[in-house]
Amino acid sequence: MTALLELDGVTRSYGGLLAVDGVDLRLDAGARHGLIGPNGAGKSTLFKLILGAEAVTTGRLHFDGVDITRMPEHQRVRLGIAQTFQHSSLFAALTCSDNVLLALQRRTGDARRIFGRPSRALRAEADELLTRVGLEGAGPRPAAALSHGEQRQLELALALAARPRLLLLDEPAAGMSPAETERLATIIAELDSDLAVLIVEHDLDLVFRVARDVSVLHLGSLLMTGSAEAVRASEEVARVYLGGASVDDVFIDEAVT
Amino acid sequence: MSATSIPEAPPRFRAGASGAVAGGAAALLLALAPFALDPAALNTLGRIVYFALLAASLDLLVGITGLPSLAHAGYFAVGAYTAGLVAKDVSALAVVALPAAVLVAGVVAAITGWLTVRSRGIFFLMLTLAVGEIIFLLAESADDVTGGSNGLFGIPLFEIVPGSDALSQPALRYWFVLVVFAIGYGVLWMIARSPFGLVLRGIHGNEERMRALGYSPRLYAFAAFCIAGAIAGLAGGLLAAHQQGVTPADAAFGTAVVALVSVIIGGAGTLWGPCLGAAVVVLVRDQIGPSLGGHGPLLLGLVFVAAVYLLPGGIAGTLARLRRRPG
Repeated sequence: MTALLELDGVTRSYGGLLAVDGVDLRLDAGARHGLIGPNGAGKSTLFKLILGAEAVTTGRLHFDGVDITRMPEHQRVRLGIAQTFQHSSLFAALTCSDNVLLALQRRTGDARRIFGRPSRALRAEADELLTRVGLEGAGPRPAAALSHGEQRQLELALALAARPRLLLLDEPAAGMSPAETERLATIIAELDSDLAVLIVEHDLDLVFRVARDVSVLHLGSLLMTGSAEAVRASEEVARVYLGGASVDDVFIDEAVT
Repeated sequence: MSATSIPEAPPRFRAGASGAVAGGAAALLLALAPFALDPAALNTLGRIVYFALLAASLDLLVGITGLPSLAHAGYFAVGAYTAGLVAKDVSALAVVALPAAVLVAGVVAAITGWLTVRSRGIFFLMLTLAVGEIIFLLAESADDVTGGSNGLFGIPLFEIVPGSDALSQPALRYWFVLVVFAIGYGVLWMIARSPFGLVLRGIHGNEERMRALGYSPRLYAFAAFCIAGAIAGLAGGLLAAHQQGVTPADAAFGTAVVALVSVIIGGAGTLWGPCLGAAVVVLVRDQIGPSLGGHGPLLLGLVFVAAVYLLPGGIAGTLARLRRRPG
């Protein structure tokens, strides 16, 4: 079976600094993959390389068998790679429905229609997406009236509206209350089973709840990729993060800082 | 964050039941006005109506898309001169002269808009100011075509059917302006609530995010610029039909500013608010102003400052707030 996303010796250097160093990574359809590592490990850079926001120095990327190494960002979006932003970027004055409709009508081509209203089917899809991210009934509310956590959920709805096959979640729980994080974990768990999810998150509890596999990045290189349990139990991972104790202690420290 | 300091349209762009009732009542009053007003007052109301169409078309750019333009009087004047020249030299039929005004104004907006919509904020304002000034200078200097600084006069009465002189009647002329206004306003209204209109509001709200969703904001802003320019041309055609004369002052900076002031006083982003703003502005400028010994612009300035401080969101925004919090 062809992997959905395949990174092959991906490297990115800034002058003499190797931000990402020879990373191999393989995500199949339906993967739930966590990407963790201390600050400066290269997580954000790796995300940008997958999205096409930055170019790789060496190495190759394939998406569903297609070489996307030199493909510009907007074309990767059309192939089915979507992201949520670390800081919510929404249309504050528009209703939640209209926020999602903007993303939907871009995909369907309705955006070019200068007369008529958005179709019933499109509006129903917008409502369905809002329900899916836990914002049922929020359609008529302006996005600005949402709480921080709800705005992150709306952000997720905008990403899902493009019907992606790979969803990159960039610290989706940043700034969320424990209750909101709890709800986010449920929403991610309920996403389509054939949608691949790659999540970067400082809240390691969340990562281990939603991810079946986890990769640990350290100084730009993959320290380890394995099942969530294996990563949790790894002494090497513990050593990198700490100076001692158990991995869980370190993870908790990391989550706090 | 908004690309400009122009407030965004209210989140729900649709008429509620009360809005429909108010709109219907306004339409009825306007339609019945000839039975209540003397010819001079009716003439002023006619001027308000075509100026309101200019303000509403500008609102598509300012309030909906977030692009405050100072070139709009230029397209208004292009439409007025085109309709006037066509009526004089080709055909005075309204179905010929007015579409010609729309077409030529739209084409001029397309040529100039392609350059201006690449910029934002103060640069957009300055570029559109330059475009407006160029059109004004052309109107003033092209004596053979526009009549130069004297203006274009002797425009014949527009004809509804060939040979008809129905528009010599003040009431019929007023109704003609009102019907064409309704068509132009209806087009703007439908565009504003369409999927395309939602894209324009998305550009106003968060242009960066629009790009991340895969949109090309510049292309949509350009389309809005052309449509707004074409409708401004229609308003100009009505000016030619109503006044039977066009002067470079109609293309001047002053007209552009007054149109922008109408949008702000009335309430940007609502389309109907700027129409009310246009009524206030035309009444102050043309009715009260002349009796103040040349101090009309001063009064208009004071009204503008008062409106900005006392009526945030303009007349429309203030009415909406009063309705939400009765008493």
